[in-house]
Order: sequence, then C-alpha cells, then structure tokens
Amino acid sequence: MLPKLFFFYFAAMITGLSVLVVTRKNPVHSVLWMLLLFFNIAGLYLFLNAEMIAIIQVIVYAGAILVLFLFVVLLLDLKKEIAGEQYTDIWSIAVSLVAGLFLLVIITFQAFEIADSEPVMLSDLGQPDAIGRMLYTEYLFPFEITSVILLVAIIGAIVLAKRKLKE
Amino acid sequence: MNFQFPDLTPVLPEAFLVLGALLLLLIDLSIKNKNATAFISLVLLMVTGFTVYSTPSGVTFGGMFSVDAYSSFFKYIFILSAAMAILVSGRYLRWRNEEHGEYYTLILLSTAGMMIMASAADLITIYLGLELMALSTYVLAGFIRGEVKSNESALKYFLLGAFSSAFLLYGISLIYGLTGITRLNLVASAISESGLVDNPVLFMALLMFVVAFGFKVAAAPFHMWAPDVYEGAPTPVTAFMSVGPKAAGFAVMARVFLVALHSLQADWTTVLVPIAILTMAVGNIIALSQQNIKRMLAYSSIAHAGYALIGLITGTSAGISAMMNYLIIYAFMNIGAFSIVIILDKGRVPASSDRLDNFKGLAKTHPVPAFLMLIFMFSLTGIPPTAGFMGKFYLFMNAVEAGYTFVVLAAVFFSVISAYFYLRVVKFMYMEEPEEGEIPAASMSTAPVSITIVLAVTALAVLLIGVYPEALLAMAKNSALIF
Repeated sequence: MLPKLFFFYFAAMITGLSVLVVTRKNPVHSVLWMLLLFFNIAGLYLFLNAEMIAIIQVIVYAGAILVLFLFVVLLLDLKKEIAGEQYTDIWSIAVSLVAGLFLLVIITFQAFEIADSEPVMLSDLGQPDAIGRMLYTEYLFPFEITSVILLVAIIGAIVLAKRKLKE
Repeated sequence: MNFQFPDLTPVLPEAFLVLGALLLLLIDLSIKNKNATAFISLVLLMVTGFTVYSTPSGVTFGGMFSVDAYSSFFKYIFILSAAMAILVSGRYLRWRNEEHGEYYTLILLSTAGMMIMASAADLITIYLGLELMALSTYVLAGFIRGEVKSNESALKYFLLGAFSSAFLLYGISLIYGLTGITRLNLVASAISESGLVDNPVLFMALLMFVVAFGFKVAAAPFHMWAPDVYEGAPTPVTAFMSVGPKAAGFAVMARVFLVALHSLQADWTTVLVPIAILTMAVGNIIALSQQNIKRMLAYSSIAHAGYALIGLITGTSAGISAMMNYLIIYAFMNIGAFSIVIILDKGRVPASSDRLDNFKGLAKTHPVPAFLMLIFMFSLTGIPPTAGFMGKFYLFMNAVEAGYTFVVLAAVFFSVISAYFYLRVVKFMYMEEPEEGEIPAASMSTAPVSITIVLAVTALAVLLIGVYPEALLAMAKNSALIF
C-alpha cells in the first residue's frame, strides 16, 4: 500500500508539473516549475532503488541543464514573449490528439505484463560501480557510439554558433 | 568477473570511418585548400567501402552488431551517396563563403551512423546509430549560417527529429518491458514463447516504431517536415539526406519488422498498407503544385518512400530485395537530379535559385544538362529504358505475387500522376523559351570536374541498370536472403 501511495504522489506531481511547465506564459516560471519537475522525477528513481540515476538526475538535469535553460531565457526579450500569442490556432486539435493517445495508452496498458526475465539485482541498480561495469563490458559498443554522438553535438554547436557571420 | 574482449573485426569499417573523420577534423586545421579536405574524405570513404567488402560476416558485442550481406548492401548505398554528396558540395559552399572542413567530417560521421544502423541487431544500437546519423544531418542542414531558410530548416528538422526519437524510445521501452530484452532475434523468440502476439501493448510498441521510422523515411502522415527542410538545407545536403538517411530508415525498418516482430506480420502490414498508399498520394499530388524545384523533389522523395514501402509490405525476401534494388536506383537518379539543380545554382542570388522557371528553355542554352535532367526525370517517372522503370517493375511484380494487387494498382495510378510534374520539367526545358534576362548561371563547361563525374556516373548507372538490371538484382537478392 505504502509504495503505491508514494508512486501515485510522484506520478501525480510529475503530470501536474509538466502541465504547468507548458502552460505558463512567463518562460522563467516555466523553467522554475521544470526544476521542481526534475526533483520529482529524481524522487521516483530513488523510490525504485536507483540512487545513482537519481543523483545524476539532480546534478545533470536540475543542476546543469536547467541553469543553461535559464541563461537562454535571460537572452529572450521577456516582455515581448509574454505579450505575444502563447498557442497556435490548432492547439485544440493537438490537445485532443494527445488526450486520445493518452486514453489509448491507458486502455492498452491493462494488458501489460512485465517480462520475467533474468533478475537484475535491484540493490545493484543504484550502485555506480555496477553501472560502470555494465557500461564498460556488456554495453561497451553503445557506450562508444554515445561518445561519438556527444562529439558530434560539440562539433555542431561550434559550427553553428562560433563561425563569424558574413556581412 | 569474466569478461571477454569482443571481436572487433566486424566493426572495422565503422571504426575506421569514425577515426578517419576525427583525424580529418585535426588535419583540416592545417589545410588551406578545402578541396584537399574533400579529397581526403573521399579517400576515407573509398577505403571504408573496401573494408566493408573485405569484412567477413559475423556477430559481435554479444549480438548487438551483426555484419551480413544485407547490412553490407546498405553500407554500399550509404558510402556511395556520401561520396557523391561530397563531390557536388565544393562549389556550392564556396559561392556562399561557407567552405569549412567540418562539413566533410559531419558527412562522414553521419555515414558512420547509418552504417551502424544497417548492422544494428539490438534496439539500443539502432537508436544510437539513428541519433548519430540524425544529429550530424541536423547540423548539415543549418550549415549556411547566414541564410534564414537554412536556419529554419535545421531547427525544424531538429525539433521534429527529437520528437520522433521520443516515439522510438517509447516503443523500445515497451518492448523491453514486455520481453525483458532488446536483442532483435531474442525479442522475436520471447514474443512467441510467452504468447505476446495478441498483446495490445506490443501493438502499441509497433505503432510507435511505425511513427518513428515513418518520420525518418518521410512517409505520410509523418512527412510534414520534409518539404521545408529539403528546401532550406544546402542543396548538396538535401541530395544526401533524401537518399542516405532514407535508405538507413528502410534498412532498420525491415530488420525490426521482419526479425523482431515477424510474428506480428499481419499487424504491421495492416498498418503499413494505408500509410504506403497515403504516402504515394500525398507526395505525388502535392508535388503537382510546386514552383520550387527543391520542394518538388522533396515531395517526389516522399512519393518514392511510398513505393519502397511496397517492398517492405510484401514481407518476403524477394520483396525486400526489390526494395533494396529500388533504393540504390533511387540514390542514383535522385542525386543526379539534384546535381543538375546544383549546376544551375546561382549562388550569389539565392532568391532566384531553385525556381522551376529556371529550367525554361534550358535545352537551347545548355543542351547537355538539359538532356541529363531529361534522363533523370524519365527515370523518376519510371519510363523505360531507365533504371527507375526496372526498380518499379520488380517492386510491383513482387507485390502482385505476394497478393497485394490493389496496392500496386494504387502505385501505378499515382505513378501516372507523377508523370505530369516530372515531365513538366522536361516540357519547360525543351518546349519553352528562356525567360527574358534570366541566364542560368552555369553550364557543363564551367561546372567543376567533380560535379561532371557525379553526373556521368549517375546518368550511366541509370541507363545501364535500365538496360541490364540482372547484376544488381542478383546482388540484392543474395543480400536479402537472411529474411
């Protein structure tokens, strides 16, 4: 009972906060709601015994990425942002599409059955060394591709932002 | 902990290409003449092609990566399209003062991503290969930084691409939740062993895959991004991404659907048949009203995704081979057509480039490019004796044999419609007078040698495959035998 209660608390918070993030008119408010959202997601991870991932969530998302977001927001002309139209004309269509998809997910998920695969040691899941060992052995190849992807992101950022614009 | 270091031979081509691209990034610092960078990247691609040829079939990294005839066939398509894109890029970039070595590095890394996709035998590897390919292409689309259209193109492609990746990840997570595994062949056995075939959640996962891959190959109704992105991106990049990433999308799609989800074949055919018909309809009908050659070719590329889907729908080894055959033919004719667009590029007056009206009277002013464009347009329509006809012929034949006559009827019907807009270009070139004061910027004699090479290769390939398709067909057939 208690675990369910915890889960529903976090799930409800995450859903509610996500809605707040996309509906606020002031981008700064959106970003701050998102900060709270990230902490709640971290709570959900913690609750799954994945301490490592929870900590990464807080440090990387709530810490680094959110600060970047705030910097970007500071570069915007806030007054103009708030004065402008927040939604496009077809937002009602979009909302009904998403609602339909959500309903479909709820209906189909009645049939969800979790695979009885080889047991992953739950206590291991939160350990940095367990994750590290997996990354460098079984998932070595995906790990290497990820490193190249990150490099492309860096090259891309430099190519698109640092070059001088011609007059 | 007993960990055995994985066998690296199967990933040699990819590893070589990535390392080569990184090295090129460094060497480029000391290269003043960017033609040399382009040349080095071509050499790298050639050596990669050779290593693909000499790498024996095998599986490595615990089954995450598999090299077989199927993946090698696709890798040739990727390397070929990357090489041709590099060859046609030089002057286009120079005229816009945007000649930078990173351009070539990004094309090489994107190609490496596609090669990983073609060989991926695990959902995680598929996703990462796709991201590597996509991220490089997003940057390439926005490479002309001073042009608003190029910025818009990159941003649209990035946002919608990220959106479609989310669908793919959702699908993967559902499959993982149901089966507890991400290896494609093990997913298949887990589905049949635990009787998940009728599980609606699995069907949801299937739908998510269709959305994500449908986006990558620009199939309707997930095609909205294509016209804007293709129009705004630098023309050589458009040529590249209308061929390479599309073929990579099909490579992954066939492997996921035929290996991992083959027990759901009835389901995914039901989903894909209407998508294929809708794609052909949307692509061919909207192309009729386009005034910009790049937008027209974008809609044409949507339509061709619909034709290629027919091969996948049949779900047979022969159907897949017809699809592969069609994709390589499409690579030749499409890059050929884009090369002509690049030759006519005016560079310094971007607003008047790429208009369909630029083709008016081209046969009088520049007979050779006009004639080559005629060949490519005939081939895209599917008129014999060009390769486009052969490609469509084998696709349709296999689909009829597999019992999808009504899909083929629709495809033939839309092909007839497509003749109108392809042949309109021909009519403009041969039956109309050049516009007053509009002098197309370039001709064959002033075109760089590299573009001439691409045109010669593509035109020859289109004609040769049109007359003698047996060799290519046999190769495609052998490569599709794994299904």
